[in-house]
Amino acid sequence: MTAVSPLPRARTFSATPGQIALALAIAVFLLVFLMLPVATVIYVAFTEKGTSTFTLVNFYDFARTELFMRSLWNSFYVSAMSVVWASVLALPLAYLTTRFAFRGAAVVQTLGFLPLIMPPFVGAVAMQLFFGRNGSVNLLLDDWFGFKIDFMEGLNGVIFVQSVHYFPFILINLSAALRNIDRAMEEAAQNLGSSGFRLFRRIVFPLALPGYLAGASLVFVKVFDDLATPLLLNVKDMLAPQAYLRVTSIGIADPMGYVISVVLIVASVLAMWLSALALKGRDYATTQRGGGGLAQRVMRPHEAVLGYGVVILILALVLAPHLGLLLLSFATIWSFSPLPDAYTVAHYGRVFGESSLYIKNTLIYAALAGGIDVVLGVAIAYLMLRTKLIGREWLDWMASAALAIPGVVLGIGYLRTFYGITLPDGTPLAALWITIVLALAIRRLPYALRACHAALQQISVSLEEAAENLGATKARTVRRIVVPLMTGGILAGFVTSFATAAVELSATLMLVQSNSDAPLAYGLYVFIQSAAGRGPGAALGVVAVLLVAACTFFSHLIVERSQKARGL
Amino acid sequence: MFTRRIALVSALGLALATTAAHGQAPSGKVTVVTSFSKDVTDPIKKAFEKAVPGVTLEVQNRNTNAGVKYVEETKANNQVDLFWASAPDAFEVLKGKKLLTAYKPKASGIPEKIGSYPINDPDGFYFGFAASGYGIMWNERYAKANKLPEPKDWQDLAKPVFYDHVSIASPARSGTTHLTVETILQGEGWEKGWRTLKEMSGNFRSITDRSFGVPEAVNSGQVGVGIVIDFFAFSAQASGFPVKFVYPTVTTVVPANVGIIANPPNKAAAEAFIEFLLSPAGQEVLLEPGIRRLPVNPAVYAKAGADYPNPFTDPRFQKMIGFDVDKSEARTAVVDTLFDQLISFQLDALKGVTKTLHEVDAALAKKPNAQAKALADEARTLIAALPVTEAQAASPELRGAFTGAKEKGARQAEVESQWASFARDNYAKAKAKAEEALKAAR
Repeated sequence: MTAVSPLPRARTFSATPGQIALALAIAVFLLVFLMLPVATVIYVAFTEKGTSTFTLVNFYDFARTELFMRSLWNSFYVSAMSVVWASVLALPLAYLTTRFAFRGAAVVQTLGFLPLIMPPFVGAVAMQLFFGRNGSVNLLLDDWFGFKIDFMEGLNGVIFVQSVHYFPFILINLSAALRNIDRAMEEAAQNLGSSGFRLFRRIVFPLALPGYLAGASLVFVKVFDDLATPLLLNVKDMLAPQAYLRVTSIGIADPMGYVISVVLIVASVLAMWLSALALKGRDYATTQRGGGGLAQRVMRPHEAVLGYGVVILILALVLAPHLGLLLLSFATIWSFSPLPDAYTVAHYGRVFGESSLYIKNTLIYAALAGGIDVVLGVAIAYLMLRTKLIGREWLDWMASAALAIPGVVLGIGYLRTFYGITLPDGTPLAALWITIVLALAIRRLPYALRACHAALQQISVSLEEAAENLGATKARTVRRIVVPLMTGGILAGFVTSFATAAVELSATLMLVQSNSDAPLAYGLYVFIQSAAGRGPGAALGVVAVLLVAACTFFSHLIVERSQKARGL
Repeated sequence: MFTRRIALVSALGLALATTAAHGQAPSGKVTVVTSFSKDVTDPIKKAFEKAVPGVTLEVQNRNTNAGVKYVEETKANNQVDLFWASAPDAFEVLKGKKLLTAYKPKASGIPEKIGSYPINDPDGFYFGFAASGYGIMWNERYAKANKLPEPKDWQDLAKPVFYDHVSIASPARSGTTHLTVETILQGEGWEKGWRTLKEMSGNFRSITDRSFGVPEAVNSGQVGVGIVIDFFAFSAQASGFPVKFVYPTVTTVVPANVGIIANPPNKAAAEAFIEFLLSPAGQEVLLEPGIRRLPVNPAVYAKAGADYPNPFTDPRFQKMIGFDVDKSEARTAVVDTLFDQLISFQLDALKGVTKTLHEVDAALAKKPNAQAKALADEARTLIAALPVTEAQAASPELRGAFTGAKEKGARQAEVESQWASFARDNYAKAKAKAEEALKAAR
């Protein structure tokens, strides 16, 4: 039972009628709520201006336009570099907190997760206040030493902000994977004389590779598709901002925005496919579940100092935006100075009355979306890895493609597809809050899917075979064996979907029909637009971050408890 | 307090009168799509719901372009009563697509024109309720630290001292910036206006994609100077930010508008909202610190502070240019795309050559040199060159490329690509000339 070996017994199962029905149900859901709305918009990319004749001339224009080709290259470069830097931030945190008996591991995991839930707009405002050209750091540097550092300039600025923002994808998936590694593997290697870095490099990291790649491919695709960060840093020559600028400023008469969207989707699916290819033909599953995760070694004093030092340093860097946001929420005026002029709690007073509504909406929407996502995620991962259904990869690709669809495109697609469908009382389907939930679920599905997929990849088929040999039905096996063993991965997926859905804005902005249906991110967007609203906006942002952080913390506690209960 | 109460009562009376005329009392929910921030909509919502009991105002916040698209996408089953935003262009677009309903407001005391701009749409599809002018705001702390002088006019921003200190929103994304750009083009003429714009742009720090990105950057001191609509600066001042604002000589004052969407679900309440906005009570709300817009009812200025700009008495406003909204509408897409292709997406190249030209000027100031000056002038001419004439900009052929017209013509992407390479080549040539000039001048 070597760790990484060619898969000898792959896919011994064949499809049952139940699995076929499940696959069809998922396919219909994805078709109606993802492919159809997007197709109504993407259709524009393949038609001639003003007519509905099929044409590829728009793609020819894309390839000939220097700006677009430069944007394509910049997007690849920035995404790749962000994966590198995000790994540098995530690896030590994940390894130290899972490998060692690390006091406050749940706290570190939660804090390390926070950057992901920085609401749009305020996050960049807070980053600017600290690291911008005239942010605290640069004003002080200039005062003391007479120079400034361009943290936030150009492509490097985007890489900096994106690495800090998205590294939790790697952290959370890698941590879940590390927890799932069988202690016996490590002990066997140690008995054979391996230890230290060699042990990590040859045994631990390869076994955690599915988790790492799941996270890394998410970072890559997310950065590739993200438009808020480059836009806020005024970097326009990247693909996603180009798509957004074209779609919103000129509209349907101009097909190029939709052409860029098609390119984005193709690139994302390609990235996912490559990461799947890297894992193909290797077996990451281990059967012996009794050990429950890596042995947690107690650190020697000098190791502890170093370990905690590294963790604190990384956390300080990645949490700087949150500190900035917190300061801003208490600041009266903060303008061209290292710190605010004075402090007040008035902003919290102003948002307090309204935020309860926003909080309630956000919790409902994000929880429903996260729930839908893990159910779909587990189902798709199961069909992918445990059945031979024809076209099961298509489900995976379809779901992954959702990652690359700009929120605004999905929003317009939903309006266009569902606005004409009315309920008996005349309200359009698209005007109901459930549409927001569906849009959020679709947008976040790839996160949950990656996490569930990675978790299932680590579970040996033989455990299910054993259960079935003992007389359990397939459904019962899934319920009693597969899902419990995947708990860590499922929770990782749920938390990622939930937390990021809680701060999603771009699709929401198109679909929110009334203030009483609005989630936090929308309220924040409305506040932050004016000078007097900056403080209350930051206060609402702090509320959002605390809220999601609390949910994250509890889910980590649950994961730890469940692992302990299983005999750690 | 007492006067405000009278105003409220009279507004109420007005609202009642309006509804009496229609024979039904407004009630229920009235939905408005607006680009205005919460600081503007909250006080107005509060005052309106107090003045017209039984009606609740539902605010949907969308930026102007997204709002227009939203109304367009949902017209088959419209659920929105009102559109409420600054840029008159957006209302022209809605009107052109037959997405607005005509109405005749009953409110009195509002003149025909503000500055030289008619307050209401002549066909009665939308109405001005507040005015705003365009100008320059700057951060005093930033200006002091970087030793920037106070700018007075657009051309000042082209001076070397402002290099890398100025910010603007892209006219393609911000309706108000589009009006600023169009104002400069109409005030100075097509050729000279573009020259001014490009000379200013050579000093730009950034071109943002949201209107409020500019005041935000100036307020926090990330950028020193911003080209904005006046109330962004006034409301920031009222919140305590160390910022100042000036109207340049070539500027205009235009109304911010409200209009009823075609086929509104609650027409009576939509009309009541317009009447309220135009009533003295509604106009007074505009003076609040978080809003600071210029009311269109001259009488209301009596309640404003002494230093509150009054476009009806202030001579600066009388001199402002007459803004031709038809001219603007005819070439909107062309102007915005020209700005993006010649300036936004070529900003690094434009800044590079501008910086060298500033150095040439500095060298020439110390030691005059005719050859260097001639070379620098050649470079400036290359920068100012345009790929299209004013007549072409408004021509049906070019408009067709941008509006998705059925007739076969150039595709938008082709046109853009041509303009981009025109700008790139010209800036590269200009850069070579400028470097030559610098060598000669030193």
